[in-house]
Amino acid sequence: MAAYEKVSLARHKDRAGTTDYIGKIFTHFVELHGDRRFCDDKAVTGGIALLFDIPVTVVGIERGKDLSERVKKNFGCAHPEGYRKAIRLFKQAEKFGRPVICFVDTPGAYPGIGAEERGQGQAIAESITEMLSLKVPTVSIITGEGGSGGALALAAADEVWMLENAIYSVISPEGCASILWKDATKAKEAAECLKLTAQDLYSFGVVDRVFSEDKDFDALCEEIKGALLEAVREKAALPKEELLDRRYQKFRRIGREFL
Amino acid sequence: MVLKDLFKKPQNKLEGETTEIKIPDELCCKCPSCGQMVLLCDLKENLQVCPYCSHHFPLGARERTGVACDEGSFEELFAGLRSKNPLSFPGYEEKLAAAIKKSGEDEAVICGKGRIGGMDAALFAMDGNFMMGSMGIVVGEKITMLFEYAAEKGLPVVSFCVSGGARMQEGIFSLMQMAKTSAAVRKHGEGGGFYISVLTNPTTGGVTASFAMEGDIIISEPGALIGFAGPRVIEQTIRQKLPDGFQRAEFLLEKGFLDDIVDRRKMADYLGRLLFLHKR
Ligand SMILES: [Zn+2]
Repeated sequence: MAAYEKVSLARHKDRAGTTDYIGKIFTHFVELHGDRRFCDDKAVTGGIALLFDIPVTVVGIERGKDLSERVKKNFGCAHPEGYRKAIRLFKQAEKFGRPVICFVDTPGAYPGIGAEERGQGQAIAESITEMLSLKVPTVSIITGEGGSGGALALAAADEVWMLENAIYSVISPEGCASILWKDATKAKEAAECLKLTAQDLYSFGVVDRVFSEDKDFDALCEEIKGALLEAVREKAALPKEELLDRRYQKFRRIGREFL
Repeated sequence: MVLKDLFKKPQNKLEGETTEIKIPDELCCKCPSCGQMVLLCDLKENLQVCPYCSHHFPLGARERTGVACDEGSFEELFAGLRSKNPLSFPGYEEKLAAAIKKSGEDEAVICGKGRIGGMDAALFAMDGNFMMGSMGIVVGEKITMLFEYAAEKGLPVVSFCVSGGARMQEGIFSLMQMAKTSAAVRKHGEGGGFYISVLTNPTTGGVTASFAMEGDIIISEPGALIGFAGPRVIEQTIRQKLPDGFQRAEFLLEKGFLDDIVDRRKMADYLGRLLFLHKR
């Protein structure tokens, strides 16, 4: 399949979002709002739930389903408050020894006046650093579009997984084409060049696991649920030092072969 | 009389009637901020700061380490690493070759150790002449190695950022450098390491969203553009013009994202004092 077809699938309006995954994979979900500093960014959904019988913290960025929901969620583009809400929930998870599960579907962090005024770059940097330092197991799943730093802010995890038709890129193909060739309509070419499909990223070692989508949503969620249990158990059994060291080495290694 | 003296601002008002003097183009430039013609030799002597309005001109990485460190104390580390083309991105190799030629550097960052105000430090300086200081695998690796080196040697780190962000041509690998460098900053800090991040014009994108904003102390040169999204992207998104001074250092200081703004001519002294206060 051409890279841009994957881009279209990843962005498809009917694609499942964080809320759908939470509903199928976890039970007893309690949503928690707000960053305690400025507001509640609805692009980021977070809370506590049970994975089988294990309490976990779940955080996700999602676009929303219909137009009104999409407007509320700013089409999946978080402001600094969204990342600060995530950071707050990460710290809380660590305090109570809960593993952190993130779902990522975002075109990117929002480029706006308020976002810049309130430190979008600083918020993303802090979220990345916070994830890297959490003394609890962390898994991030890119379910749709993994747009640049705004996605990485919730994906600096022990394990990063992707769905078969998800994408993950440093820049959108449209943005890349307009910068490189001054022509946003060359997004198809850019998508090929950027090697942003789950299959590409798996081959690079950026992503640890890819879930095929050749099944219905219930079956897919069952598979993810089983994989999460396994990953969380395995990592929770590690001494904290080793958990953190492995996470450090994971990101330390990526791209080494090109030095 | 040397040429330099000829074009000094007239002291006497009566002599101040501007007679158009033609200065050869290669000897001077026009200050983009105040419009004055500035002699290049004067500019150099003034650390590339306009003597009339204090506009800070860009500084190459090599000049930067020269300005920051006590004379002759800078020793480069991890030199000679050059980027490959991990994605076989069309045209990337040509761009790298042109950047090497233009900047005279192998990549967009130089790392090393030196003394600043008499204090030992590990430092790195990015180079805006090298593909706009963008971060790919090599830039991320050199910065990571420097933080690891500093952690091992118990040295503070001083960084000078100038960057357009991630190196698009290296795709996801450039994004991953944000995680890699952030992890190294964290590790260095965890061991009590002190890190001063100096932002210069411009610092944007993935660099802002990683090590640039992770300093224990974050300062900027005057007037530097600092942001996550570039102004053009924001204007296209919100379909309105941005106010004057938006995303400039003075704006960030006002909003609480900088510890201070420091003139380049006072920078070495300022850094030296902070390093002294964190002596271990
Ligand atoms: Zn001037």
